Amino acid sequence: MPLYHTEDQAMLADTARQFMADEGAIAKQLRHFRDIGCKDGFGHGLWKQFAELGFTGILVSEADGGLGMGHVEAGIVLEEIGRNLTPSPFLTSAVMAASALADASAELKGRYLPGLLSGDSVFALAIDEGKKHRPERIATRAVRSGNGFSLSGTKDFVVHGSSADMLVVAARTAGADDDAEGITLFAVPRDAAGLSQDAVRLVDSSMATHLRLDNVQLDADAVIGEVDGGREVLSRVLNAGRVGAAAESVGVAQGSFDMTTTYLKQRKQFGKLIGEFQALQHRAAHLYSEIEIARAATIKAQQLLDAGSDKAELMVSVAKAKAGKAASLAVREGVQMHGGIGMTDEYDIGLYMKRDRALAEFMGDMFYHADRVAKLSGY
Amino acid sequence: MSDLEAFRQEIRAWLEENCPPEMRQPVHDEDDICWGGRHFQFKNEAQKLWLTRCAAKGYTVPDWPQAYGGAGMSPAEAKVWREEMNRIGARPPLSSFGIWMLGPALLKFGTEEQKVHYLGQIARGEIRWCQGYSEPGSGSDLVSLQTFGEDKGDHWVVNGSKIWTSYANKADWIFCLVRTDKANKYQGISFLLFDMESAGVSTKPILLISGNSPFCETFFDNVKVPKQQIVGELNRGWDVAKYLLGHEREMISGAGGGDRLTTIGAVLNRAGLEDPLLRAELAMFDVDALAYGAMGEKFLDEIKVGKAHPAQPNMMKYAGTELNKRRYELLMAGGGSASLEWESEASDGGSRARGWLRTKANSIEGGTSEVMLNVISKRILDLPGA
Repeated sequence: MPLYHTEDQAMLADTARQFMADEGAIAKQLRHFRDIGCKDGFGHGLWKQFAELGFTGILVSEADGGLGMGHVEAGIVLEEIGRNLTPSPFLTSAVMAASALADASAELKGRYLPGLLSGDSVFALAIDEGKKHRPERIATRAVRSGNGFSLSGTKDFVVHGSSADMLVVAARTAGADDDAEGITLFAVPRDAAGLSQDAVRLVDSSMATHLRLDNVQLDADAVIGEVDGGREVLSRVLNAGRVGAAAESVGVAQGSFDMTTTYLKQRKQFGKLIGEFQALQHRAAHLYSEIEIARAATIKAQQLLDAGSDKAELMVSVAKAKAGKAASLAVREGVQMHGGIGMTDEYDIGLYMKRDRALAEFMGDMFYHADRVAKLSGY
Repeated sequence: MSDLEAFRQEIRAWLEENCPPEMRQPVHDEDDICWGGRHFQFKNEAQKLWLTRCAAKGYTVPDWPQAYGGAGMSPAEAKVWREEMNRIGARPPLSSFGIWMLGPALLKFGTEEQKVHYLGQIARGEIRWCQGYSEPGSGSDLVSLQTFGEDKGDHWVVNGSKIWTSYANKADWIFCLVRTDKANKYQGISFLLFDMESAGVSTKPILLISGNSPFCETFFDNVKVPKQQIVGELNRGWDVAKYLLGHEREMISGAGGGDRLTTIGAVLNRAGLEDPLLRAELAMFDVDALAYGAMGEKFLDEIKVGKAHPAQPNMMKYAGTELNKRRYELLMAGGGSASLEWESEASDGGSRARGWLRTKANSIEGGTSEVMLNVISKRILDLPGA
């Protein structure tokens, strides 16, 4: 399969690009909801529009009422989200939770998928425990209790947790904290007794929570996939989230880069456009290369995931690390090349820097993923 | 089964039957590479057999038209060919500047007669070509070249000298940039082809810091070149040269595969990796190398269907060569004092140290990294005054 978009994918990209530039624009979404102090950090109106365009069903099978597309298509939407810094629960709900629900029972699908497809529901993932992403270690416990399970533990960096109607929680049903096996995923409704969340606003104006599970009682039908066999589902969810975050990072990098090169062609100093200075040209050209390479790695990972290749795992980590690296460079060069105004809230370039930082941490930063590449390569 | 899948099966079966086992081993030394040409010394029978079998099917240049010695494969088929070759670790049957550089230029600018004649020779590995571009006074500023061809009616008489001519002492013919109009800088250059055995041509190998001499100085003293040996129009050789440079940069970038795309962490780990900071550097390198591998694949896919930006080879060349230099820095660090050995048998004649030094030329030859960044600034980013 060639590493560029098919005609259908190119059409989707055109639609997504136009829509996001119009409706998902920074002034209309990010700044608006930030400035009114919105407790969700995103607009439900836009989320409904995502659903009307079919975006929320991209990764939902046709049998389940979705579009039955893949990670390449989800990535197309995410790149535009990144380019416009559009706040939305797309990545957590339509990409990650949808991947979790793909193999869930008919009962769970029936309970949650209609809300996703209509844009009425928002989902979140409760995976991380502690400040850094380390899903190899899960200490949150789920013990058999009555007809189901009782969950106890704490989770962090639960993005959109306080807005979510349902949270996918990774808990341990067997083994020690560091064991690969013995994980089970649960679909936990927001109003479950014993579930509490401490919402915090992050540097990029998005919302996340510290989540606490205190003997949360769930029926057995809340289990997603197999009891003790959740590592496989979790892997799928993580791959989806990571490659999705990589695509969004590529969009952040591209948006920041476009803004910066535009500025280089407008700003004059010493009687010249600053884009005439070779010191800046070479840095811009280097950055261009890094973004192109990051995009290639990302589409490769998306295609491998969609093809069910056993090389997907490695390439997903390559994509997340490389996209993170490129986006980080893009926003740092962006602020620096804008000079003083790059430090002002009035200019959007700083917003790119903030979003990049949050995305970098989400689902593992470049250090985590480079380490993973090493481990998967046998060293 | 789709047509492409059937094609894959056909290629797989052919390779299974025809690729000798010796040709499925990784390339270790320079003499494992088959360059072809009048005077080429095959390392063994397998190397010769592999070339002969591939040439008979047009597989040395799979995507060239059959009329010119190729197999006429579509882009998708050529990709299948590469994948199936990689699958069994098959060596390229033939490597040459004729395939990578002159061929694409002839396909675009050559006359029908030239295509049939020269491309066929290249495809069969009969003639080995070298490239006469750089001159002692014209490196990055290539267009300032001075080698002059004086018009003598039915031929030119060429005088001047070239430098950094790769393997000029082993080549049969040269494709050469020659000034045919002193008054016009860009539109005063012609693209000529001539035999290195012509009277008045001489070469002198240049000893490099690696201790090897892959490059020569090449001298032309009243060399007679018949008029029909021009590619493209008179004084429009710069167009051909620029087009060909794109292919040269693509070649040096390693986009088509080759060892510079591969990761090194696992290799060095087998020799014992105890330094956590080195491991971290290797991991970051491997991320970049695997990402660049995807970029190479994407670039080749896009170039075949005209989707790549025309200046994208410059980006590939820049990124690929910088990556390869970093790769060798890490290989040297990972090898420790063993990688310093210059002549021992254990070090295979200092191959790592020599390879490391050789990579330093990657970001100089075929346009320096700085020139590549200039070109990206101007042609892709459209920055002012670039």
